[in-house]
Amino acid sequence: MPSTTLSTLHPGEFATIVAIHAEEALHQRLLALGFRSGKQIELIRKASFSGPLQVRIGTTDILLRRSEATKITVCRV
Amino acid sequence: MKRVALLGMPNTGKSTLFNRITGGAARVGNWPGITVELLSGKILLGGDMVEIIDLPGIYDLHGFSDDEQVVRHFLHDNVPDLALVILNATQIERQMSLLLQLKQLNMNLVVLLNMADEAKKYGITIDGKKMSELLGVPIFLLSGKYGTGYPEALQAITKALRYPTPGMAEQLRSQLEQDVHIEAEMARVLKHAVQIPAQLPENLTEKLDRVMLHPWLGLPIFFAIMYLLFQAIFLLGQPLQEWVGEALGWLRESALDPAFAGLPAWLSGLLLDGAYNGVATVAAFVPLIVLFFLFMAMVEDSGYLSRAAFLMDALMARLGLDGRGFVMLLMGFGCNVPALMGTRVMRSRAMRLLTMLVIPFSLCSARLQVFVFITAALFSPKAAPVVLFSLYLFSFAAAIVTALLFKGKFKSSEPFVLELPPYRFPTAYQIVMRGWLEIRHFLRRATKFIIAGVVLIWLLTNLPPSAAPAGGDTLAGMLGSFMQPIFAPIGINEQLTIALIFGFVAKEIVIGALAVIYGLSGTALGGALGQQLDWVQAYSFMLFTLIYMPCISAIATMRSESRNMGFTLFAIGWSLALAWLMSFAFYQGARALGY
Repeated sequence: MPSTTLSTLHPGEFATIVAIHAEEALHQRLLALGFRSGKQIELIRKASFSGPLQVRIGTTDILLRRSEATKITVCRV
Repeated sequence: MKRVALLGMPNTGKSTLFNRITGGAARVGNWPGITVELLSGKILLGGDMVEIIDLPGIYDLHGFSDDEQVVRHFLHDNVPDLALVILNATQIERQMSLLLQLKQLNMNLVVLLNMADEAKKYGITIDGKKMSELLGVPIFLLSGKYGTGYPEALQAITKALRYPTPGMAEQLRSQLEQDVHIEAEMARVLKHAVQIPAQLPENLTEKLDRVMLHPWLGLPIFFAIMYLLFQAIFLLGQPLQEWVGEALGWLRESALDPAFAGLPAWLSGLLLDGAYNGVATVAAFVPLIVLFFLFMAMVEDSGYLSRAAFLMDALMARLGLDGRGFVMLLMGFGCNVPALMGTRVMRSRAMRLLTMLVIPFSLCSARLQVFVFITAALFSPKAAPVVLFSLYLFSFAAAIVTALLFKGKFKSSEPFVLELPPYRFPTAYQIVMRGWLEIRHFLRRATKFIIAGVVLIWLLTNLPPSAAPAGGDTLAGMLGSFMQPIFAPIGINEQLTIALIFGFVAKEIVIGALAVIYGLSGTALGGALGQQLDWVQAYSFMLFTLIYMPCISAIATMRSESRNMGFTLFAIGWSLALAWLMSFAFYQGARALGY
């Protein structure tokens, strides 16, 4: 499966996190919220007007901007 | 006194728990090593007084957000005797990393797994005893919302406090590399002690979100909720405000006026028109702030505020703000003071300051009174609504221009990655507690400043004693004529300048001030204004009134919330500059076009 970024997923799609290419502050925050390579992630919805994304990892729902989502490489399941 | 620090991730119900443990008897205080204030409360535990400190919620002990640094610096400079770690039981598999990080510091720990009731609903079972054994720290399941599980936890805290602190290792940073170890240990404990269903059952939150965050319906619903909230706060608040005003007026007429009648006129004027009116100004905000925070607590605790951030972020990100800032900006259209206090939900200081800079441009209900009076006096009934509407547009424009100009200066380094908590029904206890804490905070912080401001304006408009109050011979009058070179180019005469000085106290009193200055009231005052001013001057006056600092209470709130006098002065200075520039552009433009 070719890898892509989190921002290209469609609502309802599942993926596995492959890598996180973020600066340290963002990386720490993502780690703390459960973003780790190998984890499964689901894109729940995207806000209108290029707004943020809602994703789910385990039991946690997380909002993040698309610019931040492009830094997360995932592999569709 | 022994010190207990409350630690945990955001959305763990930490503050609710804190309020329960301390019984709401908390106070705000400063601590060495950090620049933000923290809530702390003293309680009696096992015969000793113990101080409990509510630290900001953090995701990661080694993180770089403002809050994470605050916690690190606090722990470094104020080593607690015990860290009470609050974890959200429904997210145990993620939250345990924080606990293990804390454990590595060799701190004295007691762990509370909060929201045990909610975890049960998700089908998550946690073996507290087993987990306690594996980790080697006391662990208790409880529900902060319903108040179960407390006695055991308090007992354990009392016991844990008897042992001396092992001493805090100053190796915080070096531990960053050890996250691999943390992960392995997490997996080990989770595997043995926690069972989570593979796929969570669809719950109420998901069903609600399908409507509330719908691509097309989400925004209209958001605006409808904001509108209802706004209406509720001010429909309930205004009569309350009037009652408070009437009660204070009655007290003055029936008790204070006769009691002070023997004093010289200047002294009773200073005490009653100055100091007592200052108290009345503060009191008038009390019902509004209580209501505002009762409703805000509902919005926040229910989880809707994060949804608002999701819906509005696309627009607000371009202004350097976030969706929560937009909610506060909207609330500012009712009253700026609680809106400024409400920015506390934003955790990034830079973004919070930018939001506070923008909120005072929201056309609040007090300014609306001034505009309604002047438009009625100077514009035809047909033109008046258009004029009012245009002022709302200018209000938004001033906010947007300010945000765009200064977003570089107040750049938020905080990534926009937020947790979306499930919808929860806040309990009445939580809501009332919030309203009570906020009002106490406001009264404690703002009262002196507001009363001092009101007294100062009274002195300006009544000294020297020989001059007629608010006349041209008073200090305010002299200031007015001194500033004429500045105000003449925007079409504002001396009398109106004095009214603007009054306007620093509160916009509600601008019309009252004009009545004193002109010696007329009601329709007669309207007529006099109509004769003396043309519509271009009147509109210029309204523009200036709209944009410069709303009132002394807003200034006091801004100062106490930012804890930075320099920032407050900058906000005042910028609002004055922008007010002058916009009025100047309008006045000279209109005159150049021949109006």
